[in-house]
Amino acid sequence: MTDTSTNLPEPPGPLREFWSYFRENRGAVVGMYIFAAFFIVALIAPLLAPYTPNEQFRDHLLQPPFWQDGGSTEFLLGTDPLGRDMLSRLLFGARFSFFIGVIVVSIASFFGVIIGVIAGFAPKWVDTLIMRLMDIILSFPSLLLALVLVAILGPSLINAMIAIALVLQPHFVRLTRAAVLSERTKDYVTAGRVAGAGRLRTMFVTVLPNCLAPIIVQAALSFSSAILDAAALGFLGMGAQPPTPEWGTMLAESREFILRAWWVVTMPGLCILIAVLAINLMGDGLRDALDPKLKRS
Amino acid sequence: MLSFLLRRLLTFVPTFIGVTIVSFVFIRLLPGDPILLLAGERGVGEERYAELIKQFGFDQPIWRQYIDYLGGVLQGDLGTSFVTKKPVVTEFFALFPATVELSLCAIILSVALGIPAGVIAAVNRGKFFDQALMTTALVGYSMPIFWWALLLIIVFSSGLGWTPVSGRISFMFFFDNVTGFMLIDSLLSGQKGAFLSAVRHLILPTIVLATIPLAIIARQTRSAMLEVLGEDYVRTARAKGLSPLKVNGQHALRNAMIPVITVIGLSIGTLMAGAILTETIFSWPGIGKWMVDSIFRRDYQVVQGGLLMIASIIMIVNLTVDVLYGWINPKIRKG
Repeated sequence: MTDTSTNLPEPPGPLREFWSYFRENRGAVVGMYIFAAFFIVALIAPLLAPYTPNEQFRDHLLQPPFWQDGGSTEFLLGTDPLGRDMLSRLLFGARFSFFIGVIVVSIASFFGVIIGVIAGFAPKWVDTLIMRLMDIILSFPSLLLALVLVAILGPSLINAMIAIALVLQPHFVRLTRAAVLSERTKDYVTAGRVAGAGRLRTMFVTVLPNCLAPIIVQAALSFSSAILDAAALGFLGMGAQPPTPEWGTMLAESREFILRAWWVVTMPGLCILIAVLAINLMGDGLRDALDPKLKRS
Repeated sequence: MLSFLLRRLLTFVPTFIGVTIVSFVFIRLLPGDPILLLAGERGVGEERYAELIKQFGFDQPIWRQYIDYLGGVLQGDLGTSFVTKKPVVTEFFALFPATVELSLCAIILSVALGIPAGVIAAVNRGKFFDQALMTTALVGYSMPIFWWALLLIIVFSSGLGWTPVSGRISFMFFFDNVTGFMLIDSLLSGQKGAFLSAVRHLILPTIVLATIPLAIIARQTRSAMLEVLGEDYVRTARAKGLSPLKVNGQHALRNAMIPVITVIGLSIGTLMAGAILTETIFSWPGIGKWMVDSIFRRDYQVVQGGLLMIASIIMIVNLTVDVLYGWINPKIRKG
C-alpha cells in the first residue's frame, strides 16, 4: 500500500496564504508600496532633505516651486512664509506622521486589546461596566473629545497623541471582546483548560492569537485615523506646536497665505491625503485577505 | 418589541449618567482657577473671591457639586457662559439651527449621491465604473477635510469668485430670525436675492461636510447591494424576466437599504466632528465653531454644557436608529 498523503502538495503557510489573497487586490499592493516608501522617507529624512526643517532663508520668503516663474532648483518645492524649505519640512513631516501613527496605534491597541480580553472573560457585571464605559467614550464625537482632552493636558504633540489614543481605544475593546466571545466557547479552548491551562494562559496564549485578524485590520484603519486626527488637532492649534514640521500644523501656519502662495497650503495636505489613502487601501486589502467570511475558498 | 425598547432605554440611562460625569469631571481637571478666569484680568479681592466660591458651590464636597450639577442638568440648567454671561442652553439653541441646517444639507447631498453611486458600482462590479467610483470614494474617505475646504476656497472662491468664503449670508441682507434656518428665513423675508445668497454661502461648507459621509454611504451601499444581488429572490426576479431597473431598484435596493440606513444614522457623530472643522474654516456660526472658540477662550461652563448637549444628541440619534432598526428587522430585537 502506498502512502497517498506524501503525494499531496503541502498546504501553504498562513503567511503565504495571506499574501496570495492580499496580492489579488491591486489597490492594496499599491497602498503597501506607498506605505513602505513613506516608512523609508520617515526613517532617512535627514539624509534626503536638502536643508534642516527649521533653517530660514530670509532672502527667499514664499519662493514658488522650481517649475513656476521665480522658482529655483535650490528650493524644489518652494519656501514657506518664513523662508524655510518646503521639501525638507515635508520630508521631516513624514517622520512625525509615522511616529504619531505608530505610537497612537500601539497605545490604543495595547490597552484596548487587554481590556477587551478581560471584558470577554470577566464576570457579567465587569463586562457590562467596561462596555458602558466604552459606550460613554463613543458618545462624544472623537475630534471634540480629543480637543477637550488636549485642552486639559495642554496643547502639544504628545498630549494630542494620548488624547487620540484614548478616543480610538474603545473600537479595539469592542472588536476584541466580540472576537473573544465567539472563540471562548470553542472546543480547543475547552481542551486547553482540561489540559490544565490557567486563566491567563487561556486568555492571552490560547484565545487571543485567534482573535488577531480583526484587530490587525482595525490597527491599520486606526493608523490613518490617528494621522488625520493629529493633523486636524495641529490645524486647530491644539496639536504639534510651531515650528514643528507636522503637516497639519504646517497647514495652519500658512493658512493666511492661501491666496498668495498655493504651494504652502497644497503640499502638506497632499502629503496627508496620500499617506492616509495608502494606509486605507492597505487596510481594505488586509480586511479582504484576513476576513474568513469574504474568503473565496 | 416593547421589551426591546425597554432594554435599549435601560442602557441609555447609565450611559447618560456616565456622560454627565465625564463632562463634569473634565471641566474640573482643566488647568486654571475658574473664579480667577471668571474675574478676568482685573482680578478679585479675597473677600469677593470667597463669596464667588460660595456662590458657585465650589466650597462643597465634589460629590455634592456633582449632585447639584446633575439636578441642574435635569431641569435644563447647564450653567452660564463666563464670557457672554448668557445661559449655556440659550446660546446652544441660538446656534444649533445653523449646525442643523448645514448637517441636513450635507446628509441630503451624501445620500442623494452616495446611494446611486453605490448601486451603480455594485451592478457594474469589477468594471471601470465600479473601480472609478470606489477609488473616488476611498479618496473622499481619506480626505483631510480642513485641507479640502482650503482647496475649494482657492478654486471656487478666490479663483472663480463663485462662492463666498465665510458666514451664512451676505451683509447686505438683514431680517428677523424666525426659524433660525437661513434658507427658510431668507425666503420668508421676501428680500430679493437673499435666498440665493444663503444658498451660495451653503454650497462649499455642505460639500466639505458631506465628503466623508458620502464616501461611507457609497461604500456601504455597494457592499450591501453586492450581498443582496447574490440572493435567490433576486435571481428569481431576474428569471421572471423583470427589467434590470426593477430588479435592482425594487427587489435588491430595498433590502440593501437596511444597513445603509443604519450607517446614515450613525454618521451623525461623524457630522458633528466634521462640523467642528468645517464651521471653523468657513466661520459658520454653529455649534462646532462655538465649541472650538469656547475651548480657546477657556469658557469652561460652555465646554461642559456643549459636550453634554452634543453627546446627548448623538446618543438620542443612535437610540432612535437602533429602535428603528429593531422595528424593521425582527432578528435584531431577539438578539
